[in-house]
Amino acid sequence: MRRLTTIALLVPLGIAASSVVLSSYWLTLVISVGINVLVCVGLCVMAGQAGIASFGQAAFVGVGAYATALLTTQGHLPPWVSLFASLGLTVAFAFVIGWITVRLSGHYLVLGTLGWSVGFYYVLANVPGLGGYDGISGLPQLFLMTGNDERIPFNVLVWALEAAVLLITINILDSGPGRAIRVVRSKAMAESFGIDTSRYKLAVFVLAATTAGLSGWLQAHFLRFVNPNPFNLNASVEYLFMSLIGGLSHFAGAVIGPFLVVVTKSLLQTNLASLVQTTGNYEIVAFGVVVLLLLHFAPNGVVSLLPGSLQLHSRLTGSAREALNSVEKPARGGVVLSAKGVSKYYGGLRALNEVSLDVGAAEVVALVGPNGAGKSTLFDLLSGLAEPSAGAVSLLGERVDGQSPRSIVKRGLARTFQHAQLNDDMTVLENVALGGHLRGNTSLISAALRLDRRKEAALLAEAALQIDRLRLTEVRDEKAGSLALGQQRIIEVARALMVDPVIVLLDEPAAGLRFAEKQALATVIDELRKRGVAVLVVEHDLDFVDQIADRVVVFDFGTKIAEGSVATVLNDPRVVEAYLGRPRSAA
Amino acid sequence: MNPTVALLLAQDGITNGIVFALLGVAILLVFLVTRVLFVVQGEFVVLGAVTLVQVQRGEVAGAAWLLMPLALLCLVLSAIQFVRERNSRLWSLQNGICLLALAIGLCATFYPPAGKSAWLQITTVVCLITPMGPLLYWTAFRNICRSSILTLLFAAMCVHYVLQGLMLPLFGPEGFRALPLVRGRIDFGGIWLSAQLIFMLCVFLLLTTALWLVFHHTLPGKALRAVSINRVGARLVGISSDIAGAAAFGLASLIGAVSGILIAPLSNVYYDSGFLLALKGFVGCVVGGLASFPLAALGALLTGLLDSFAAFYASALKDSIVFALLVPMLLYMSVTQISGRGEEAGE
Repeated sequence: MRRLTTIALLVPLGIAASSVVLSSYWLTLVISVGINVLVCVGLCVMAGQAGIASFGQAAFVGVGAYATALLTTQGHLPPWVSLFASLGLTVAFAFVIGWITVRLSGHYLVLGTLGWSVGFYYVLANVPGLGGYDGISGLPQLFLMTGNDERIPFNVLVWALEAAVLLITINILDSGPGRAIRVVRSKAMAESFGIDTSRYKLAVFVLAATTAGLSGWLQAHFLRFVNPNPFNLNASVEYLFMSLIGGLSHFAGAVIGPFLVVVTKSLLQTNLASLVQTTGNYEIVAFGVVVLLLLHFAPNGVVSLLPGSLQLHSRLTGSAREALNSVEKPARGGVVLSAKGVSKYYGGLRALNEVSLDVGAAEVVALVGPNGAGKSTLFDLLSGLAEPSAGAVSLLGERVDGQSPRSIVKRGLARTFQHAQLNDDMTVLENVALGGHLRGNTSLISAALRLDRRKEAALLAEAALQIDRLRLTEVRDEKAGSLALGQQRIIEVARALMVDPVIVLLDEPAAGLRFAEKQALATVIDELRKRGVAVLVVEHDLDFVDQIADRVVVFDFGTKIAEGSVATVLNDPRVVEAYLGRPRSAA
Repeated sequence: MNPTVALLLAQDGITNGIVFALLGVAILLVFLVTRVLFVVQGEFVVLGAVTLVQVQRGEVAGAAWLLMPLALLCLVLSAIQFVRERNSRLWSLQNGICLLALAIGLCATFYPPAGKSAWLQITTVVCLITPMGPLLYWTAFRNICRSSILTLLFAAMCVHYVLQGLMLPLFGPEGFRALPLVRGRIDFGGIWLSAQLIFMLCVFLLLTTALWLVFHHTLPGKALRAVSINRVGARLVGISSDIAGAAAFGLASLIGAVSGILIAPLSNVYYDSGFLLALKGFVGCVVGGLASFPLAALGALLTGLLDSFAAFYASALKDSIVFALLVPMLLYMSVTQISGRGEEAGE
């Protein structure tokens, strides 16, 4: 981690320092690499981590460039003042565009940003006062120097900014908000742990646009004129290409990609024309073929060649000086969760039919029933992922049905998912720490400025504690995707416990576990009961249920058919019928 | 604006809309079956139009010079696969189509169709363009067909770059305009409609009906629909995703060739006209919801009408206006997805 930060600072600063020795050709090239890198860093975080593939980055570069062009040529402001206007205007645009588009998923998001990109280009070219296709020229220099040596301080400025942006990127990714950004793609899961996915997506979108706007400001004052062409759709696509070639999974790809593309293109442009001896843009053909080959043979980009030690993962740091706050658990005997007459219809299908259920403090209730009996549907209704068609759900005496998963988890209800929903590229520690999102909550800004370290240490320490408790210590720093399915379920349990819940909903936690692992899980559930936490668990393994549960509720076809102690329920004729079928009537 | 101008604009809009609708249908088909957002569809239209002009002029069709290397490349890849994996067959649908494409290319080069028969010209264009779809699928998409939508889109962008980069030296920067295939106007109770418009409408209805019949009443068509609904499920019941992908691309290139033939007599087609055409086809699809074929076609017609009326009122901003059509649609989608719940596509 420290090593990664050092490299991320030394490389740009080294490039900045090298301006003195670079030849004129390479100096220009390195500056234009730097201007592209700024856009790609934002794009890499946005597309690679948050899964928002934007086809409109060049348009944001354009906003930044045109803002400074107008203000410095017509408003006669110094460029250092118009920088703030460039950034402010980009942020404003990004808020509006982002508010519409980031909530959309998949191809709609692509199309939304694509439409913005194309539309913006024609607006730039046709709105009077922006200079049409010729654009605006005569922008002032940033550094008042004679001759063309302005490029040396310019290069220093570009790469110093680069170092700052990379540092902020690392700080954000290695924090609570950073982990939240990495899981916004799994919306249902993220919202169940209190992460406002729309807000984080919008924040990432605005941040990425800000780096693009900064790049636009630099580009405008480097070239000292602006026209609409560098901000069209093709340019947006090219930024994505650069990031993809470098690799979206690691922010280093945002430096490597532009470097490769800009240098290769420049070499192709100078050499290919003499090689082929005909006119025509063969460099675009060569570019297409090369990228196509890359997509086939190195689909994760150049960064997939980086060693594992350079991966960005949060690690446990020493001992935490403070502990996370924890809420008082309700008194034994009180009702924690209560469902009354809850039904759920999907069209004509009755998934749940007037189910009533109470779970008391320090009580372990098991839900059993054949597949399709409505157990997971009930979990979704209780945790807010679905809204009941009829009936009431209350948590600690307050109605919660119809509320969002975020407000329900705030009241202390945590859950696991039947199909483990972990981020495969995050370590076990990071995945578990995600569960404490609400408890260790810090803002993006304090994360960017490293003001969150004490909270972060406490959060990671607590996560490590849960990991130890569930006997996952050995795999703490492994990627979650590399573990067996049974272990992934246990990680889900640990993550749910990070919420500091008053009630936990466990969806088939013991499926795929070995005997010893089941015993460990049973011990943890027992500990929870002793601490006053209520547990509602769906499970098929009846021996396990017998071992942990105070009470069993049996479902079939969306209806509760039996309730009571394990022994009485298993002998109930309706339960036998649901599981084994009706006995043939004695002849 | 007087009624005559409005009528002209409407006619123009409908002809545009038909082309956008054909583009939209093809793009949607390819997307549903293979998840590729097929920006290359516009190039098929351009190739179809330019080839028609070249055939009418009695020149050698430049498309043959794209088709033959592509077929050779595909054969080479298949040979490499044959050497590396012993279990692949030497005689396959893929190799058969490659050889057929080579034969068509050679035929078109050495025996360019002579005479003024419109049917011969149309057949030549369709035969030259249609094989490109499956060939492109096998060379550029098959081996990465399980990647993310984003990766597939990038592959499509690369193919678009390569094709457009090759079409400039092949066809030059000039515009191409074909001689009309049908001439004259028809009087509908005082309203004169150009015969070309009637012809386009007929072809459009014929093609969409044929597609509907294929998808609903033939086994291969139903198989394609099955793949578009659930890829894994279709594979489990023995539908080859390889052949399904090639078939979707083949249908797309066929539709592209037909659209090219339809658009060629109406406007100048340049080597780079394809991308914007494809984007407008996309817009049509999105306005129609990107799920249903009739809605996509309807959305495309709307896009065409808007395109033509916007060109009259604010010609410089016409493309911005067309893309602004996306805003209400996306806004609606955005607002309906606001609540914290709802199923995520999980892509």
